[in-house]
Amino acid sequence: MEEPLKNHITGTFKRGATVGTVALGAMALLLTGCGQAPAPAGGGGSTSGNAAAANYLGCIVSDSGGFDDQSFNQSSYEGLKKTVADTGIKMKEAQSTTKADFEPNLNQMANAGCNLTFTVGFLLADATKKVATADPKLHFAIIDDNSIKLPNVKPIVYDTAQAAFLAGYTAASVSKTGKVGTFGGINIPTVTIFMDGFAEGVAYYNKQQSKNVQVLGWNVGTQQGLFANTFDIIQEGTKATNNLIGEGADVVMPVAGPLGKGAGDAILAANKGGKDVKLVWVDSDGYLTAPTYKSILLTSVIKTMGDAVETIVKDDLAGKYSATPYVGTLDNGGVAMAPFHDLDSAVSADTKSQLDTIKKGIIDGSIKVESKSSPK
Amino acid sequence: MSETQTVKEPTPPAKESQGSQVIREIMAGNAVISVLAVVVALVIGGILIAVTDPRVTAAAGYFFADPAATLSAIWSSVSEAYGALWRGATYDPTARTWQGQLGIFETLTFATPLILSGLAVTLAFRAGLFNIGAQGQIILGATFAGAVGFGMHLPPAIHLPAVILAGAIGGAIWGGIAGFLKARTGAHEVIVTIMLNYIAISLVLYLLKNQLKDPNSTNPISPQMDGNAVFPLLLGPNFRVHAGLIVAILAVIGVAWLLNRSTLGFEYRAIGANPKAARTAGMLVSRGYITVMLISGALAGLAGVAQIAGTEKSLDSEIAGSIGFDAITVALLGRSKPWGTFFAALLFGAFKAGGTSMAVNADVSIDIVAVVQSLIVLFIAAPPLIRSIFRIKAARREGASA
Repeated sequence: MEEPLKNHITGTFKRGATVGTVALGAMALLLTGCGQAPAPAGGGGSTSGNAAAANYLGCIVSDSGGFDDQSFNQSSYEGLKKTVADTGIKMKEAQSTTKADFEPNLNQMANAGCNLTFTVGFLLADATKKVATADPKLHFAIIDDNSIKLPNVKPIVYDTAQAAFLAGYTAASVSKTGKVGTFGGINIPTVTIFMDGFAEGVAYYNKQQSKNVQVLGWNVGTQQGLFANTFDIIQEGTKATNNLIGEGADVVMPVAGPLGKGAGDAILAANKGGKDVKLVWVDSDGYLTAPTYKSILLTSVIKTMGDAVETIVKDDLAGKYSATPYVGTLDNGGVAMAPFHDLDSAVSADTKSQLDTIKKGIIDGSIKVESKSSPK
Repeated sequence: MSETQTVKEPTPPAKESQGSQVIREIMAGNAVISVLAVVVALVIGGILIAVTDPRVTAAAGYFFADPAATLSAIWSSVSEAYGALWRGATYDPTARTWQGQLGIFETLTFATPLILSGLAVTLAFRAGLFNIGAQGQIILGATFAGAVGFGMHLPPAIHLPAVILAGAIGGAIWGGIAGFLKARTGAHEVIVTIMLNYIAISLVLYLLKNQLKDPNSTNPISPQMDGNAVFPLLLGPNFRVHAGLIVAILAVIGVAWLLNRSTLGFEYRAIGANPKAARTAGMLVSRGYITVMLISGALAGLAGVAQIAGTEKSLDSEIAGSIGFDAITVALLGRSKPWGTFFAALLFGAFKAGGTSMAVNADVSIDIVAVVQSLIVLFIAAPPLIRSIFRIKAARREGASA
């Protein structure tokens, strides 16, 4: 009794599942299967780009955030995709889920003969160094890390403090409570550079306008402040933001990737309860990437990874690759402050003209933005 | 036969024997079913690859005008993906360097911790215990091994053995807790080991932020292992395959001997087959539970050693990756037999090594590998599960009518 029953059920189950899946797949394919067959492709005409570009392989390896992290993995990835569309190069991509994936992924890229491989994030520094040392003919570019000194690894770093300085100045100018706040994900240089610039921008405002706006959550001198100690748990962002609002901050800049959403939610809730708190987004223009918070979004501190990726690929295509670090600044557009969008009226015309002057001052060096984390 | 039994004895069977029944049924299947499960899973994976390929969907748009185009698109899509998977896992003549061509050694590298942790699950299975806690035991093993590996500086001949021993002890403690609680309080090992997984990950994070943190780093990551404390590379610096593989093969031989040739292994199998009968026969079931979980935990701890002293060289919170959970699949696929587990781990190592190649060279998401692995579990575990569900229903119906 036992064996036949088992075989019967085993058989039915397997057959059922297989047939079902096959049928589903086939149906999905055939549902729209009534179109016209395309004319056979003619010879040529498709390769408008030059032959060098067609044989050029640009590759990208993510860190454990993946290419859909709404942060630097995503913007670098989109930058490379745009480069593919613009120049006609080929691309390969590999996502890492853990640290253990970094080296195998990079080895695969080397195997495939990638001319230039972008590795996203300082976590990939060890693996990048190893693979680049093993194969000096291949070019690499690592984002957010400046520790590798090799002729075939180009560091891509951002002096984010410059743009955060402008955001800090703006925040101080719109604050009614005289307190603005910030918090970070983890106390690491790529995070605290935002907080340094923000706090210095506030200090500059105080000096210029003889005001006394306080910064909560970050102390430039001691390099200590408020940290969620995570980049994953969004609720921690809500908690930190509620603390800052509770202490009187009415502008908050979260520097913690996805925790920015938690901060936005906290502010929306506080504003429903009668407060008037504003949000400063980081990495990308939050007005476009996090439209839920349009109504509270003062501005964003942007790192334009995509442009850097495209520039470096084009340089390499033209035989002008160098391992000199690319440093994104206000000057070359690598970092920027986003438009005020819906809250444009909240920022006074005076402040706007002062911001223009400050931006020019930072670019020409007359205003110094100094962060311990700034790329040297 | 079983129906008549249930009619005679209307009391529901104890939870314990139901669990071990499932294990027995999983083990009762033969290698053919394992192979078939893999084949069917690969077929379904192939369908998913085809359906998600834009070339196939484009060709399917004019299926009735030119059916051959769709079929050839499906063929090229699936053959490219599985071709890249196969080449990445074995030998890839298209790779640029000769080191890169020999993917088989990457397969062995990925398989090493899977063999050890798969054995951990296998051994516990045979004694009737579901050790879902290999993940936590790997983490503890790696943590202990790391503490000895980067916290001490010992002479070469002593340091690596000390690291291996520390890792085994770390895993054994974590597994032993579950075994002890099962034996003394009857706490279900599935729940205990799952909870211990969470505790392990929080514990290692805490240690990485405090005692075990690399003072030169701002991240929760440990210092590098001492040069004397790591497994030597078996084939030189061009390949990652390390001496942990030898430890793993020795462990397979050891567990095979333990289960099939030793008194202790006979006790484990007797307990696994029927704990009540084993107790009646004079075996100390509670002692069996504790010792089997100690050994199982030690094996998983060795998988942690393979990670930290073999490939990763420093401790972080992701040291175990998904190895502890893949180990359960490996043990199931290997039918809870030591050599079966070995070959299942090789297959999963090949999936891992080839999956990267497939993602890079055929533009197929590495997630498809996870889908195939999950389908394998489904096909191996589902028939006996469904059967036991049916039996429960049948028994109830008969009990109601009686």
